[in-house]
Amino acid sequence: MKRIFHTTALALVAVCSVVIGAQQQIRTPKQMPLPRNPDWAKMEVETLHVQGQVHMIAGAGGNIAVQVGNTGVLLVDTGYEQMSGKVLAAIRKLSGDRTLRTIINTTLSDAHTGANAVLVKEGRLNQAGPGLGQRPNEADLIGHSNLLALMTDIGRDKIPVERWPPSVFSGKQKDLYSNDEPVVVLAVPDAVTSGDSMVWFRKSDVVATGEIFNQATFPYIDLAHGGTINGIIEGLNTVLDMTVPKHNQEGGTMVIPGYGRIGDEHDVLEYRDMVTIVRDRVQAAINKKMTLAQVKAMKPSATYEYELRFNRDPAWTAEMFVEAIYTNLTARK
Amino acid sequence: MRLMTLPPEFITILIRCPELAGRAGVLVVCINCKSTARNELRHRFFGRDNGAAGSDLGRAYHQMFSAGRTALVLPFLLAVLLIPSVPAFAQIDFTGVWNGNTNAEDGPERAAGPSLVEFLGLPINDQARQWGLAYRPGRLSLPEHQCQVHAIHYIHRGPFAARIWEERDPVTHQLIAIHEAISTYEQKRTIWMDGRPHPSANAPHTWMGFSTGVWNGNMLTVTTTHVKHAWHRRENLPSSDEVTVIEHWVRNGNVWTHISVTEDPIFLAEPLIKSEDLTLNASPNFNPFWPCESIEEGERARGQVPHYLPGTNPWVAEYAAIHKLPQEVTLGGPEQMYPEYRNRMKTLPVAVFEEKAPPSVGTSSTPTPPAAPAGGRGAAPPAAGRGGGAGRGGRGN
Repeated sequence: MKRIFHTTALALVAVCSVVIGAQQQIRTPKQMPLPRNPDWAKMEVETLHVQGQVHMIAGAGGNIAVQVGNTGVLLVDTGYEQMSGKVLAAIRKLSGDRTLRTIINTTLSDAHTGANAVLVKEGRLNQAGPGLGQRPNEADLIGHSNLLALMTDIGRDKIPVERWPPSVFSGKQKDLYSNDEPVVVLAVPDAVTSGDSMVWFRKSDVVATGEIFNQATFPYIDLAHGGTINGIIEGLNTVLDMTVPKHNQEGGTMVIPGYGRIGDEHDVLEYRDMVTIVRDRVQAAINKKMTLAQVKAMKPSATYEYELRFNRDPAWTAEMFVEAIYTNLTARK
Repeated sequence: MRLMTLPPEFITILIRCPELAGRAGVLVVCINCKSTARNELRHRFFGRDNGAAGSDLGRAYHQMFSAGRTALVLPFLLAVLLIPSVPAFAQIDFTGVWNGNTNAEDGPERAAGPSLVEFLGLPINDQARQWGLAYRPGRLSLPEHQCQVHAIHYIHRGPFAARIWEERDPVTHQLIAIHEAISTYEQKRTIWMDGRPHPSANAPHTWMGFSTGVWNGNMLTVTTTHVKHAWHRRENLPSSDEVTVIEHWVRNGNVWTHISVTEDPIFLAEPLIKSEDLTLNASPNFNPFWPCESIEEGERARGQVPHYLPGTNPWVAEYAAIHKLPQEVTLGGPEQMYPEYRNRMKTLPVAVFEEKAPPSVGTSSTPTPPAAPAGGRGAAPPAAGRGGGAGRGGRGN
């Protein structure tokens, strides 16, 4: 028995050596778009520290920025409603029992605003009621006035009123002070939609861009809701204005994209270049009086070299992107 | 870890200990130990005074030997089977200052750098080729591009010097990491040798990426992920942010042979394999200072990105014609890495270059900037110029 045991053990050790000697197949993970019709029970969120007081929750739809400090919690976007429980658990893990004070929406889609109603109710504006009047004591929900207008136009039967941002701003920006940090909400006019914003955490040195910057796909242009290609490019140029790399075009201001991995100025730069080049190609075709059918036929030259990297969402293909640019640039002003 | 001679009842296995923050170590499995043997082993490891109580390894040891033999050994061995990769102890010391050999096979990459549309010998795919043909050097004159550096799969071909040192556990002397400070662009990297996992898909990417290493005999094999979008050939052939770089470090005396295998699912049709030799410098002098501050190089419309529209790059044939090469040869591709391609080269006509003025940079969406005075950095390019409105934008390294 002892000999059998010895032999077995030594054989296992020999196998172990082979396994140990083999190289593990480690590869850089691909940036993938959101799954369509996901199995919500199987979707998981991941929390990453970005910089300073700001963290990122990924996997609940659009990325969620979480600022945690002594005075409470501030969120940028809320993810899908179906993921709200997991998002809330992730926030609690980050913040303990600190109160959720503020939620800022960057754009319209369900992936960013879906859990507004659930998470707002988890928050508190004040510790006590006096001064609130008729307003419920829940987290403040902020968005651009155009975002509220879009939701109103779409209607309460499709977007419940509880998801609408009651605190709106209509100018270029709205300034907040949260957790001893200036937080600037900047309007991004006529970008993915007409109601987009980005959020700049000035002390933590982090920008949450919303959907104009997407690590997995070409930027979505929601033409039906006021989106424009030049608004997206101008938004990306604005991000480049705000970001300052720490050393040799790396680090410094960190960027939370609408989807995908954390980036910095260089990541936004390459994305801006790509979107601008594709826009220029479509514009050049329009200048030659080419029709949409002809522009589609000249594919792959419009987006060709970027397609292996960004044409990963069957719901938003390179062809759809080119068509949206063409439609947008040829629309009557 | 102390060196010791173990009784034959013990089997030593290299494992990664989660209890020790993922560090590698030697665990000892006792096949048929008597209590006296166990005690002897414990005393050899931890001394007779502290026993196993005072350290994580000690607690792990106690847990290991407090269980029954069969309940312990088989599950443990099965667990080891599931350990995918295990860093072991350093075989070769790379510590020191190393200098690149700029006169070797990689000389053309190091000094003046490649010409425009000089893609030959690179296993690029058609997407990379199109990217390169649309590339206009003025793009590198944009302030945000000016301080862009060589990424990890290219930097060993810069005018390169590196200082390498080891980081070891102060108690066990186990190798935790190998650090490499690279003179070019003041880059620093850490090669983790403690078996830690690579970051998630949502983590940031950097020029140097995230590296882990293992020893294959005397060769160090390094795997790097999470690298930024950069270039396979300086400036005009892109590399994606999904590259994975496998390096093999070999030392023969005072020569460090650095071999890299770059996989890029976006821009390479086959892995790109390169090698460089570096020489150990007896002097510890090392110039790591490479400050970069971007400046505005001429006026341009906000958001303008210099590039050539498809089919409008006027320089495609220049390099090929100067060197009397067929055009196809300069456009790269995986077939060019193999000797058989020489036969095909002989059947192709030599390229002809007809110089013509490059198209303007702007489009109707991005108006052409006003021309600066003749010869100025922001001037529209002369007929013979290659730049995108702001000089050639090339790098001398």
